Amino acid sequence: MTAESDAFSRREALALGGSAALALALAPDFALGDVASTEAELKRLYGERPMEESRIKLDLPPIAENGLVVPVNIEVESPMTDEDHVKAVHLFAEGNPAPRVASFYFTPANGKAATSTRIRLAKTQTVVAVCEMSSGALHVARAEIKVTIGGCG
Amino acid sequence: MADAHIPKVRVPKEVKPGEIVEIRTLIPHEMETGRRIDSQGTPVPRKIINSFVARFNGREVFRADWHPSVSANPYQSFFLKTTVSGILDFMWKDDDGTEYISSAQLKLSR
Repeated sequence: MTAESDAFSRREALALGGSAALALALAPDFALGDVASTEAELKRLYGERPMEESRIKLDLPPIAENGLVVPVNIEVESPMTDEDHVKAVHLFAEGNPAPRVASFYFTPANGKAATSTRIRLAKTQTVVAVCEMSSGALHVARAEIKVTIGGCG
Repeated sequence: MADAHIPKVRVPKEVKPGEIVEIRTLIPHEMETGRRIDSQGTPVPRKIINSFVARFNGREVFRADWHPSVSANPYQSFFLKTTVSGILDFMWKDDDGTEYISSAQLKLSR
């Protein structure tokens, strides 16, 4: 465990370059997340509700050179009317210390259920987006991404 | 000296009624995850912006909850469709309770 943390510390320091004022290290008990913790979180939120792998597009670069700043674009097909719209999209990173990354809450005033942000990814992993529709239906998309230099997430 | 967390927002100059336009926002902020140790070996406490809210003419149109995995200097974009002119108000909320705000005018072209 210690050797692993040291190696990660060196990579983290490299990622920030020589300009970093602080010498960075990760806490000795730094634990990277795993698929199980994300699945557990999804189960806690949604139980056994079915999730369709449709209508939601999760765009990530296939390779992230810098895990500190990874652009993410999410778009969900929806008429965005009062009767039929996206209520929320929740983003998870299976390999980060804590799986929840962000939640986005939409309204019909958006016209389009799409959003972009930038996230930290600690290592190569799968990112998951779950969409909640006004009808109660759930949609899910997963994207795999290789992270060459991890960013502490 | 407090860091200046001055947000930048990009809103189109003019919008056609019913047109769907992208609103882009960025706020300088370290988004300290709480998982780092400084050179002295002291854990650096978490301090992030955990909430972003956008309102148009006083009504919430978009909201985001951010966790420590959101990158520093958080960028957030969303879309807006309107048939009226108005004011977009943005608010970012820090873990320490500070609220950073910005606003922009949205003008309809005839």
